[in-house]
Amino acid sequence: MKLEGYVVLVGDSIDTDTIIPARYLHRSDPEWLAQHVFEDAPEIREKISKSLKPVAIIAGKGFGYGSSREHAVLALKAASVSFIIAESFHRIFYRNAINNGLVVIEANIRNYVEEGDLVKVNLKEGIIVIPRINETIRFKPLPKKLLEILEIGGLKQFLKKIASSEPR
Amino acid sequence: MESLALKILSKHSEEENVEPGDIVYAKVDKVMVNDVTGALALKILSETGAEKLVGKRRTETYVVFDHYSPAHNWDAANAHAKLRLFSRKYGCKLFDVGYGIAHQLLVEGMVKPGELIVGADSHTITYGALASFSTGIGSSEAAYVMVTGELWFKAPEPLFVKITGNFGIGVAAKDLALHLLKEFGSEGALYRSVEFFGEGLRNLDVNDRLTVSNMMVEAGAKTAIFPYDSETESWLRKYNVNVRDEWKELKIEAKGKGDMSIDLATIEPLISAPPKPTNVKHVGDLEGTPVDQVFVGSCTNGRFKDMVALARIVKGKRIKTRLIVIPASINILKRMINEGILNILVEAGAMVGVPGCGPCFGAHMGVLGGGEVMVSTANRNFPGRAGPPSAKVYLASPYTAAVAAITGQITDPRPYIREVLRE
Repeated sequence: MKLEGYVVLVGDSIDTDTIIPARYLHRSDPEWLAQHVFEDAPEIREKISKSLKPVAIIAGKGFGYGSSREHAVLALKAASVSFIIAESFHRIFYRNAINNGLVVIEANIRNYVEEGDLVKVNLKEGIIVIPRINETIRFKPLPKKLLEILEIGGLKQFLKKIASSEPR
Repeated sequence: MESLALKILSKHSEEENVEPGDIVYAKVDKVMVNDVTGALALKILSETGAEKLVGKRRTETYVVFDHYSPAHNWDAANAHAKLRLFSRKYGCKLFDVGYGIAHQLLVEGMVKPGELIVGADSHTITYGALASFSTGIGSSEAAYVMVTGELWFKAPEPLFVKITGNFGIGVAAKDLALHLLKEFGSEGALYRSVEFFGEGLRNLDVNDRLTVSNMMVEAGAKTAIFPYDSETESWLRKYNVNVRDEWKELKIEAKGKGDMSIDLATIEPLISAPPKPTNVKHVGDLEGTPVDQVFVGSCTNGRFKDMVALARIVKGKRIKTRLIVIPASINILKRMINEGILNILVEAGAMVGVPGCGPCFGAHMGVLGGGEVMVSTANRNFPGRAGPPSAKVYLASPYTAAVAAITGQITDPRPYIREVLRE
């Protein structure tokens, strides 16, 4: 699985309330969520809207802090985020991302990239490439089971398979 | 020391001795969704055609309407209507609007020690207070568990916390939770199973343990488990659970040092300031900060014990802030009525709301205006959580919250509590 995206830098402990505020959770359609993504963090919101697409979010520690709302992942996907590279992730967000086919990579590359840089990722080999500075960074590839979920396009695809193979 | 999380996980999987870091598939005893995450789970089930398979495994499914209780707009009401039909059709246990918060309802006789429980709500971690392995997941996974009865888990590394001593006057379990968050920081317990042991546990009843387990997710924890003991047993008996001998094995020897040791006597009243729960300070450091609203409720501190603490402090007084009180369940509300607590609170000037999440979730029932300050007994204070980003939420114990309502400002509760005790 190979991906590329343009860097939007964010800080530590980005919480799911900041990604998508609770007052918008009564709907889950992507257009609605994209409309309100990072609404209470206008600086991040503006960077994402001005960035070339798809977006690569590069974060510090503890991305996806807080609530279990899967809406946070859906909102980021709807806002053209292709993958997130963070020093660490909070666990429910991490699972939700994988389960929705949003690539999440644990690595600290904040010191290598600038806003707007192109970043390329080879998921299977565990390689991040930053062409501007001609740098290659290695990360521990995801466990096979998780890679499988990502490659098939999320947990939903497993449910579809199960539903079509079992009779009523 | 033996980890209860690993012990419970091993029992629910095919692996005999699960080690930290192992990825295992395990059978799940209970799965819970609420009205926010359940609506999304239902959408996933219907889009994938897997809805027809719900309820065919031995996993029990719980649907709880607590975030929009009662519905505040058309979308929420529509989600409720769909989830009601779904619950009836597939035999899910439904708690409709007004019954209370999942994390109280499920510990009122549903959750049993040694169980493996997942819920599409991060505070599902709360049930660890009853010696179970319980953790938060997303909506897709909740849907998957409803259909398959199992889920993959990365076995957590234990983090043993030794508890000794007892609280001083005016200090509560919430202060212990905040103390731990201060020590850990927001990533300090990431992926870990926080497990409590030591002779000090006899001074923490199940109410206290629920408060502590609840907030360990704010440090990133996967589970936060208290061992089974006489406190657990008397709580379960109160809710007519048939106690089993095998639960006695869910213990952690009180010997040993652990990864961290806390003497409850050294803990002082603490308060968490925005922008995140782990930004913990001494109440004294913020003394005098004007307060517009006080909220006593939530899955952290909306229990009967918390209501009694509040009532003892505001009894016969007139509050200076808005005071919103929301019991965590209908049982708690009934008990407040029967034991005269409700009357004391309303006489003092409190508004008492429908059991549920209330303003903590930030959708309705008492959100703040721009620049306003709330002292809350809940668990989160991210900017925008309960009002515009300029509104400030401070997290504190029911004691500190109650005294703030009386004085109209953030105040060290200890002198007031001493006064109440003298009366």
